[in-house]
Amino acid sequence: MPRRPGGTYSAASMADIAFLLLIFFLVATTMDVDSGLSRKLPPMPPPGQQDAPNEIKERNIFVVLINANDQLMVENKPMDIYSLRAEAKEFLANPSNKENLPEKILKDIPYFGQIAVNKNAVISLQNDRGTSYGMYIKVQNELAAAVNELRNDLAQQKFGKKYDDLKKEQADAIADIYPQIISEAEPKNIGGK
Amino acid sequence: MSKFKRKIKVGSQEISTASLPDIVFMLLFFFMVTTVMRETTVKVAQKMPGATEVKKLEKKSLVSYIYIGKPRQTFQSMYGTEPRIQLNDAFAKVEDIRDYIVSEREKVDENERPFMTTSLKVDQYTKMGVVVDVKQELRKASALKINYSTRKVTELE
Repeated sequence: MPRRPGGTYSAASMADIAFLLLIFFLVATTMDVDSGLSRKLPPMPPPGQQDAPNEIKERNIFVVLINANDQLMVENKPMDIYSLRAEAKEFLANPSNKENLPEKILKDIPYFGQIAVNKNAVISLQNDRGTSYGMYIKVQNELAAAVNELRNDLAQQKFGKKYDDLKKEQADAIADIYPQIISEAEPKNIGGK
Repeated sequence: MSKFKRKIKVGSQEISTASLPDIVFMLLFFFMVTTVMRETTVKVAQKMPGATEVKKLEKKSLVSYIYIGKPRQTFQSMYGTEPRIQLNDAFAKVEDIRDYIVSEREKVDENERPFMTTSLKVDQYTKMGVVVDVKQELRKASALKINYSTRKVTELE
């Protein structure tokens, strides 16, 4: 190859090479951030042992049913998805200590001292095998949102910060007051496929 | 006042392309840093449901993915249109999940195993029947930490 005067090479094709690399990386990589709703499945009961039916009082359970047509039934009355969040908040907080909402118990919690919390409030979610996944996620999302809103309100009131910005001990204390307990029953197959 | 003399255009002047490689390299580095390598080709339709309360998944090396949805157009002649499960690069049956979880577990260092998460990437039109079977199988494999993959939206649709 003949040497150019001054010993330099043409940089004209540099752009082409860089474009080539750029296009390769555009095609071969993805940018999507994985985000979603994290849940924990209950462990499998040991073999030979049935799921023991827990004796929970009627008032302590918030029953959410979804049928194969994606219709909601909450505490024995039909409901649309948009009022679910408010209803769940009402159930979990039970501000006016109503008879039909969860019973309260005094508990010692750091930062708060003696405070009345729900004894064992459980949200029970049951869906049909024909329920669409989109609807199921919507319901899960609304129930999570209810808990998150309650936690945020309390965090704002007590510490003047959002729940996510709290220190670990503070967050734990609040999570003790408003635990997120969603129990999922085995789905039924009523609506067919 | 020759300082403000208007420049007279002479013929067609070209813009210098000397900085073009620099610009392209900048773009290249940006993409190299922000993206990750594609590991599997997803063969099923994936339209994630939207949710508002999403959390980011951390530590991607500890996440194993299960894709569920209708096979994509090109695979429909072979696999039909019923929702199917995809593990790694291939379609699979519900019974294969346990082996998959075990093999994923083998890849990870022992003290990191409790933090392993299974991410369910499920199409929003899938019926819950399949998802429930998968969840049941995950319980049997005691892979209890799961994550329903969703899009982040600000308002419920």
